[in-house]
Amino acid sequence: MGRLLLPLLAFFALGVLLFNGLGKDPRIVPSVLIDKPAPAFDLPELRAADQRVSSESLKGEPYLLNVWASWCFACRIEHPVITDLAQSGLVRVVGFNYKDAPEDAKRWLAQFGDPYSDIAQDLDGRIAIEFGVYGAPESFLIDGQGVIRHKIIGPLTPEIVEREIKPKLAELKGGA
Amino acid sequence: MNKWFAAVLFSGCAWAIDPIDFASPAEEARFHDLAAELRCLVCQNESLADSSAPLAQDLRRVVKAQMDQGKSNPEIKAYLTERYGAFVLYRPPFDTTNALLWLAPFAVLLLGGWLAFRALSAHRQIDAATDPDAATLAARLRAERDQEL
Repeated sequence: MGRLLLPLLAFFALGVLLFNGLGKDPRIVPSVLIDKPAPAFDLPELRAADQRVSSESLKGEPYLLNVWASWCFACRIEHPVITDLAQSGLVRVVGFNYKDAPEDAKRWLAQFGDPYSDIAQDLDGRIAIEFGVYGAPESFLIDGQGVIRHKIIGPLTPEIVEREIKPKLAELKGGA
Repeated sequence: MNKWFAAVLFSGCAWAIDPIDFASPAEEARFHDLAAELRCLVCQNESLADSSAPLAQDLRRVVKAQMDQGKSNPEIKAYLTERYGAFVLYRPPFDTTNALLWLAPFAVLLLGGWLAFRALSAHRQIDAATDPDAATLAARLRAERDQEL
């Protein structure tokens, strides 16, 4: 009995370890920028060529910086959720148009609706690298002082809004 | 004529993978060594040197730009680690979060070696202590060999 117990325990320990690994998505790389100041940027506004959107101009109230592009299929899937969140008035939703052709981006917004208060246009993706973006969609919750508080990788879902964004926002309002 | 044809035929390949101009072969070698140690975050089993993903192309350009600014390899790695985490490094640093990653193989090797040693020595003891046939057989074999000699 004693001889069997050890290998059996080892087997189950390994089983539990590997089973846990099964549920994890290796594509999700946790951000190292949480609780760090958002990178400084000053980018053109997509819809008004003469205006700028900058990390400074966005300070004041918390906002959700949503990285999207017209070529990104998952962005289309999350778009209704982004729209609902923007219309709920819970938080300002700022668009970050990532490596997109401006005409395509504008056509996309005309077709699916434009929920964004501001849209920063990152043509060459250089600022996205400062944010550690490695794909679209990604969303950053940034507080009024310009500190990154949370990051969501992949499309936003109603569950993520309930479970992650709302509690984080409540936390920010409570702390402020 | 043939030379021109070959140049036109193959120039496309080089440009498609990496449209970066290097000042010297040494610089190019340094760039490729560095890029080979950095992970592409889109196709995670490819290095920045190998990947054709658009993000890898952008990151290669960032690496090159930082080399042009005179940054050292550790500085460039630190820049990327600050934004993408230690995951971008194919040789992650030994720290508290990665200690398990570095130590587990040695721990498993030691454990396996210890178990194997215990099992083998237990067998030898059992053979010698409980199997009288083993002892007589060995003695007979020895006697036969001596006779043949």
